[in-house]
Amino acid sequence: MRALTRIVAVLAAEPEASRVVPPTGFTARLTIFSSAAMAFLAVFAMALSLASGRLADRWGDALARTATVRISAPEGQMEAQADAVLAVLRTTPGVATARLIPDDEQRALLEPWFGPGLPVETLPLPRLVELTETPDGMDAEALRLRLAGEAPGAVLDDHTRWRRPLVRAAGRLRMLGWLSIGLIGATMAAMITLSANAALAANARVIKVLRLVGARDVFIARAFVRRFTRRALEGAAIGTLAGMVAVALLPRADTAGGFLTGLGFQGADWLWPLVLPPLAAGVAFWATRWAALRVLRGIT
Amino acid sequence: MIELENVSHSYGGGELLSGISLRLAPGSFYFLTGPSGAGKTTFLKLCYAELLPSAGHVRLFNADLRGMDRDTVARTRRRIGVVHQDCQFLDHLPLRENLSLPLLAAGRDAQAEAANLQELLNWVGLRAQAEALPPQLSGGERQRAALARAVIMDPDVILADEPTGNVDWEMSLRILQLLVELNRMGKTILIATHDLNLIRAAKAQVAARVLRIKDRHLHLAGADL
Ligand SMILES: Nc1ncnc2c1ncn2[C@@H]1O[C@H](COP(=O)(O)OP(=O)(O)OP(=O)(O)O)[C@@H](O)[C@H]1O
Ligand SMILES: [Mg+2]
Repeated sequence: MRALTRIVAVLAAEPEASRVVPPTGFTARLTIFSSAAMAFLAVFAMALSLASGRLADRWGDALARTATVRISAPEGQMEAQADAVLAVLRTTPGVATARLIPDDEQRALLEPWFGPGLPVETLPLPRLVELTETPDGMDAEALRLRLAGEAPGAVLDDHTRWRRPLVRAAGRLRMLGWLSIGLIGATMAAMITLSANAALAANARVIKVLRLVGARDVFIARAFVRRFTRRALEGAAIGTLAGMVAVALLPRADTAGGFLTGLGFQGADWLWPLVLPPLAAGVAFWATRWAALRVLRGIT
Repeated sequence: MIELENVSHSYGGGELLSGISLRLAPGSFYFLTGPSGAGKTTFLKLCYAELLPSAGHVRLFNADLRGMDRDTVARTRRRIGVVHQDCQFLDHLPLRENLSLPLLAAGRDAQAEAANLQELLNWVGLRAQAEALPPQLSGGERQRAALARAVIMDPDVILADEPTGNVDWEMSLRILQLLVELNRMGKTILIATHDLNLIRAAKAQVAARVLRIKDRHLHLAGADL
């Protein structure tokens, strides 16, 4: 917060003081352009991160929820096999909880398909055991083998399992997205430092004169910092806006389903890109300040 | 205000100045003379902290230059008016803004000092050139502008390095006149020059002391000047 008020103070400072450094149209435009390009890229990296994050969360939740064991057995053996399955599950590493789904719950599950008033008792329905896994997960193949031995009518259905590598991929993608934003920020800092150094070198005489008339380092640094901060802010605002428009215009892939569902921003996510311009301004502020004070230390 | 104690300086090679001691007496008028390359400019640079002495002590307003932090150096420079040998203006700014640079650097409101600035421009006879860029000025105009900038912060001491270099005799006298006026207002003046005629002209008006750099040392010149 304090850093932010400092940046605002520098930007708001009287323009007269920044006139001491002669204007340079070309580098100014270059800085604005690179800053805009970086912000544009960052918007996409952000969209990617948020979308893959949503995907990972959604699929991850589904995974964490449950697997089921379905028991189909002749009437008389049902109870015995259900007990056997529960006993197996209790001693299976990686299984957190296991419970037999009671009749009324099972009826509720089936209601959407068969309508209300289903006489569950009279139907040869399999019994279901719902289990949740520990975060480490369980060894499904080993469990299948044990079930086959102890309860021949039991079938492990871990239908969500195939998603596991996808969830990992989505999680990784989210991480890469944020990493890209970090790299974009670092590149921008490097770019600003380079152009600030060029500007400082080009204005060596101005700096010397200012020192001679009694200007403190921060006064001189401010003249440069103000410029680069303003340019970065301007460029990033343009780039962010362009990036948001481009994301908004992405064709909807919802109907097609699949991985690309909802690539882009949803709801409050649209606020995320708005942090990019101030972030760019902050990066420019510190990069220029650092470069300027370093150069100034070499001048009496 | 400015005090040198046993100061030596070298630019890496042999010593240019050696064992120099001097304490500027407030309100006095000094000339610093010596052949070209003797180290007059170097001497002045030591006095306004552009250079650190290789040995000895420079004290500005009772503070030793060595161990002075950069901000203190900046603030100290505001109390010493300097007319640089090469004027040191910002060529992209009109004269008016160049003159108010010290005010700006000191964080003073240049707008509030506009009347002061105008008076100063009148005093050095550059009212008409206020909006001109430094490269458009003649040598004499630049020298007077440099003098105006040197006094805008109302310093107690003014160091002028060849303030009459590159101008004709009439203009030299005019600039000298301004410096004499400043001295009469109580300011300490130190002028580096090799123009002996200028020194003679000044001696007719003020009690000037003449310092001479010779063979690396500082001497008080005799009455022959
Ligand atoms: N930054 C520097 N690095 C190395 N040598 C320098 C530097 N500045 C000045 N000198 C040398 O020091 C000597 C004295 O220079 P200085 O400018 O002090 O002489 P000066 O008395 O002012 O001469 P002038 O009357 O021509 O102005 C010269 O020989 C000059 O070449
Ligand atoms: Mg000189």
